[in-house]
Formats: sequence, C-alpha cells, structure tokens
Amino acid sequence: MAELFIYGVVLGSIIALGSIGLTLVFGILRFANFAHGDLMTAGAYVALFLVTGLFSWLGISDNPFIPLSFGLRMLFAIPISMITIALIAILLDRILYQPLRKKKSGTVILAMAALGASFIIQMAVLILWGADSLFYKPGVLRPALELPLEIKIRPDQIFIILIVSLSIAILHLFLKHTRMGKAMRATADNPELARVTGIDTGRIIKWTWGIGGGMAAMGGILYGIDVQLHPGMGWGFLLPLFAATILGGIGNMYGALIGALVMGVVQQISTAYLLPTYKPAVAFIIMILILLVRPQGIFGGRS
Amino acid sequence: MSLLEVTDITAGYGETDILDSVSIELHEKEIVSIIGPNGAGKSTLLKTIFGLLTPRKGSIKLQNEEITGLSPDRIVRKGMGYVPQVENAFPSLSVHENLEMGAFIRTDDYRDKLEEIYGLFPMLLKRRTEKVGRLSGGMRQMVAMGRTLMLDPKVLLLDEPTASLAPLLIRMIFEKIIEINRKGVAMIIVEQNAKETLKISDRGYVLAMGRKVFEDSGQTLLKNEEIGKLYLGG
Repeated sequence: MAELFIYGVVLGSIIALGSIGLTLVFGILRFANFAHGDLMTAGAYVALFLVTGLFSWLGISDNPFIPLSFGLRMLFAIPISMITIALIAILLDRILYQPLRKKKSGTVILAMAALGASFIIQMAVLILWGADSLFYKPGVLRPALELPLEIKIRPDQIFIILIVSLSIAILHLFLKHTRMGKAMRATADNPELARVTGIDTGRIIKWTWGIGGGMAAMGGILYGIDVQLHPGMGWGFLLPLFAATILGGIGNMYGALIGALVMGVVQQISTAYLLPTYKPAVAFIIMILILLVRPQGIFGGRS
Repeated sequence: MSLLEVTDITAGYGETDILDSVSIELHEKEIVSIIGPNGAGKSTLLKTIFGLLTPRKGSIKLQNEEITGLSPDRIVRKGMGYVPQVENAFPSLSVHENLEMGAFIRTDDYRDKLEEIYGLFPMLLKRRTEKVGRLSGGMRQMVAMGRTLMLDPKVLLLDEPTASLAPLLIRMIFEKIIEINRKGVAMIIVEQNAKETLKISDRGYVLAMGRKVFEDSGQTLLKNEEIGKLYLGG
C-alpha cells in the first residue's frame, strides 16, 4: 500500500503539471481547454524527436546518468520542448481561441474549437510517429531501488517528484513575487478591473498560455520517461486533469496541485482492488462526486 | 478651460440608449457630483467617460484631447482614474499587492507614492499583507481609491464610494475625498448619499431618465426645494 501511495504521488506530480496550466488558463479566460492533455502529448513527442533524432544527429552523448534511464540528451530536450509547446500554446490561442473570444462566441463554440484542436494535435502525432507505443530509450533495464516498507521505486520516479516540486516552487515564487506574476493573479481575480487598472491583459494571456503549455510539455515528457509515449496519452489524461482542477476549485493553482496529488494517489491505490483499466473510471467517479457534493471544489474557486 | 468636457453623449447597452444627449464638464481641482434616482444613468455616464462603453453620439475630451472611443487601459494612461462601485479591488491579492497593481504601468520608482497612499490611509498600512477579500467594504473602498491614486490621476471618477457603508465609515470616506481633492485631484462622484455629497461638491448635476435636468453649485442644489423633494428625500 505504501508503494502504491508513492506511485500515486509520482502520477499525481505529472497530473499536477497539466492541471495547474489548465486551471491558470481557466482562471484568466474562463475557458476549459480540452486540448490541454494533447499539449502534454505534443511535448512528449517533441522531446522524442530531439532525443532520438536531432541530438543523435548532432552527436550529443546518449549515455544515461546512472542510475537514471536518461542522460544529457533528455536534459536538453526538456527545456527545448517546453519552450516549443509554450509557443504552440500561444499560437493556438492567437489563431483559434482569440478570434472566437473577439466574436463573443459562446462556451459551447469554444469547447468545440478546443476539441477540434485536440484532434488535430493527436492526428498530427499519429501521422508523424505512428500509433504504436514508443519509449525514449527502448530495451533499457530500469532496476528499482528497495526502500523500507517494501517500497520499490525507480530512480527516474524520484527524479520526477523532485523536478516537479522544483518547477512548482519556481512557479509559486514567480506568481508571488514578480510584477508579471502578480498581474497574472490580478487578471485571474477580475479581468475587467485589471484592464481598468492599466494592465495589458493581452500580454498576461500570452504569459498564461506560455506557462501552461510549458508545464504541460514537462508533464508529457515525464510520463513518457515513467511509462511510455502514445498518441492518445494526453487525451487519457484529460479526465484526471479536469477532476484534479475541479477538486481543487477551478482557477485555484494550489487547489489544482493538491487535487492532482489526490487523483494520482486514489487512482493508483484503486488498482489494489480493481483492474488497472478502471483507473479512468475512478477519476470520473471522483469528479462526479465533487460536482454533486461540493461543486466549488475543496478550496473554493472562481464562479 | 475645463479639464474634462463631455458633450452631448448618447450611450447605452445593446440597442437601448440609457443616456440621452448628456453634457457635463469638470474644471481643475473641482468636485462635481452627479445625483439622481436609481436608473437615471449615473453609473452609465461614468462608464462611458472611462471608455467601458462606447457612446453612440457625442464627444469626450480630456485636457482638450479627444478620448471618445479609447479603451480604458489607454484612458488610464492619459491621467484619468476610475473606481467602480463593486468588485473594485483584487480579492486574492494583499493590500500591498493591490496598490502595486495600481502602479503596473509606472516604470519609475514609486515607493514615495506608496508611502503617500499609506499616509492617506493609515489603516491600510497595518493590514498591508492581508488579502483584500477578507477586508470589510470600507477598507476595500480605501484600497480601491489608493490603487487608483498610484498613477497620480488628474481626474478621478468615483462610482458610489459610500454605498452600503456604515455611517462612521461614510464620514471617513468623505473626509478622504476632500483630502485627495486638496492635493489637486479633480473628481466626479456619483452618489446615493446625495445630500452629503452635494455639501462637499463645488457643482452638481441632476440626472433623471438619462437626461440632465438640473445643474448648479452644490449649495444652490441643496437649497432648491424641488430637488430636495424629488431627489434628496425631502
């Protein structure tokens, strides 16, 4: 059970990278981006292209940092993929969502547009890389460390927990202490008042997409390192992402973090009693329960 | 020369006009109040002046410069500030962060200005790290006014600054308004507490059904029996 709990924290960390971006975008635009999971997929595959394609061509060393399963290539691939997906997210808003907002399109139209974007990304990945599951480094043995309480954990998973904690700490400092971070929180509080105050909300929206996209990319890559890559991986994350976001209160970043950890842990622990294929169902049941019992989320969100 | 000149403004939401050819002006260092019954279009007038609504007809000039149709974030840069009636502060930000947001477009060192605002509202200094969402309505009003003052506006538009406040706080807010005005900020105030507002106003306008029905000095309006009966509650 302790082991499943730890695996849940690993999964929850990955979900958190998606759900925080989702909740930030929602906080500012009041818009549920159904393509957010697919930004995770795109991030994972961009890293795959870098690790197995470009960096191999450039002759960057492929030796893993023992005991981790990856090496220098991945360390470069993570930031480059994050920046790429950040730009794609900003572009997606610029060419698809922003024109619809300007026309004052309804929630349903925007949701359909996001679904469309989601399918386009999935199909693009499918065309470029095929439908098979892929690994960053196929055939590598991934031995686990044995910790007390019969916990077996792979060094990769410890890396995941550490890098996610670090990223969230950096995001927290950014939102709390920088001019742009504070303006992001102000805009999420009340976009109209932010405009009246003179805050350039267009710039804030770009920053929000950039941060959300970058974090999603990191989430996708980490899932690829921990499990595997698949064109539908991000789509599969959509349910836990939304469940985590709703659980924490929509628009509430810290709520989304806690919500993600809860979703990760509950999903993993459920595998002790149910077939692992039921994991998404568990996420779905939790989401419905919250919506019925406490729709504003545990920590309260925005209306 | 008038600081702000609003000429023949017709504006409203969607198809419906709320304001019908309203003209008002504001001179340097003046306090001007706009009074009238509910639904007369007082708040609409402020929103139109600040660019939150685009007028169908008429013109708005700030220091002889045409600002009709400019967006609020442009108008704020021209030296006009606006404090909405409700939701006028950022609830999840601290008092201090709210004031900092007021200075968002300033690129210079504004620490002196922060100190000046805390000097004007000493109560805010004590609670500077507290989230504004947890403060009372009166404190929030002070945060909102302080935030708007961070940019040294020449014109301040206040929409019902004392609405739903306790009498003691109402008096305090009025004192602050006079203090801010003495620093050279001209103001247009929309108020339900019409008598109190007229007492501190240089001039006043009475709006009814979207039209300007009276204009005179604050004292004269207070003494006018007809206005007293119709709009000041006898």
